[in-house]
Amino acid sequence: MSEPTTAAPMPTARVAGCPFDPPEDLARLREEQPVTPMAYPDGHVGWLVTSHALVRAVLADPRFSHRADLTHAPLGGTRMGEPRPAPPGIFTAMDPPEHTRYRHLLTGQFTVRRMRRLTGRIQELTTEHLDAMERHGPPVDLVEAFALPIPGLVICELLGVPTGERARFQDDMSKLLSLEVSSEEKIAAFTTLTTFMRDLVPAKRAEPADDLLSGLVTGTDLTDEELTNISGVLMGAGFETTANMLALGAYALMSRPDQLAALRADEGLTDQAVEELLRYLSIIPGTVRAALEDVELGGQLVKAGQSVTVSIPAANRDPGHFADPDTLDLRRSTAGHVAFGHGIHQCLGQQLARVEMQVAIPALFARFPTLRLAVPPEEVPLRTDMMIYGVHRLPVTWDVAQDEE
Amino acid sequence: MRITVDRERCCGAGMCALTAPEVFDQSEDDGRVLVLDPVPPPEHEAAVRRTAVLCPSGAITLTPPPDLARTSDKVFGPGTA
Repeated sequence: MSEPTTAAPMPTARVAGCPFDPPEDLARLREEQPVTPMAYPDGHVGWLVTSHALVRAVLADPRFSHRADLTHAPLGGTRMGEPRPAPPGIFTAMDPPEHTRYRHLLTGQFTVRRMRRLTGRIQELTTEHLDAMERHGPPVDLVEAFALPIPGLVICELLGVPTGERARFQDDMSKLLSLEVSSEEKIAAFTTLTTFMRDLVPAKRAEPADDLLSGLVTGTDLTDEELTNISGVLMGAGFETTANMLALGAYALMSRPDQLAALRADEGLTDQAVEELLRYLSIIPGTVRAALEDVELGGQLVKAGQSVTVSIPAANRDPGHFADPDTLDLRRSTAGHVAFGHGIHQCLGQQLARVEMQVAIPALFARFPTLRLAVPPEEVPLRTDMMIYGVHRLPVTWDVAQDEE
Repeated sequence: MRITVDRERCCGAGMCALTAPEVFDQSEDDGRVLVLDPVPPPEHEAAVRRTAVLCPSGAITLTPPPDLARTSDKVFGPGTA
């Protein structure tokens, strides 16, 4: 076993002018020591894993737990109070068998086929938002006009948030993600959302409809508390992630006219292009597990109880797995990318995210072939301050068609 | 090639149905794997080998197992991934 080096925090600093590249120190760590000691914000000393093979190995290994009461947060402030088990329904922070029970109740709602059935509706929502952009005229903030509302409305419809409540709901969700909103306002928005979800479950119980939440209310023995928490997980996971992929994906394509031209020329490239954007942009910095026993990993001894953070961007840019990994190449094969994770916790909503991106991204550039940044690149506010990467705003402009008269 | 699946392990991510839709499907009830063709024809074998490696929960077993030393069985590797 090699000599452990001093534990350092997870690298987060990105190179100025390279908005699509991961924090630069990740490449060095992957090269030198893909399992490296890591200092966690709460003082814990655990590990950071940066190679594709070892990231996959950790995520597939049942000796690494995802329990909320065992893992230390890799980023952000220190946790409030003592670590606690996940509340009922928060299956993303549980191990089998508890995780399995919830997961198996939900997976039927997110199958490839079921999500593809939403294509038509997602196309309608996309068209509505593109129409609104066109009516408004350039410039617009693509985040506000396109990237946030489309996944927001899709998850609202899927869950069964009543039509009249969606605008307010969206507004509160957006406040949670904004830089320009005070923390008091954010807390108020969070409280409103939580209360809303708590009230929605009994409403569905009283009057079930044709939506996911009604299906869970009538078809399972989940309690109201479990259902409220599950809804919160699905809402959070289905909104911020896809929204950031849409905006950052559009930005990346605008920055690579050759790739954008290839996509516009060949509709058949869409599915592959989406996978490559997922790999290349890797907007989730990582996920954390805790060793349930001593595990030898990549020549290091991970002791029972230690947290292990796997870096998604580092794995997805590993030259040992992807040739020329730092190049956006929509035609490459991306098999094995870990943008949705790996192992039993692999993203439940990945097929929904795929359909949303496969519909929305080509439609955006088909409607606005001259779409481009409306500000210099250095003025695009990057989400370097958020857990999920992306852009806070994306001011875009386009040439208004001259030949319409 | 024969396919066996462990439906208890399956986490319903849908990678198999996405990668080899002629051979795998997901149950409408619980989203878990259904094998449409446990002995797939040769033209689907490459995709099936990919699903066995890509499956996040390791629920798909192939007999005989993929020979990862053979180029045609390689799922991963620069350029071939």
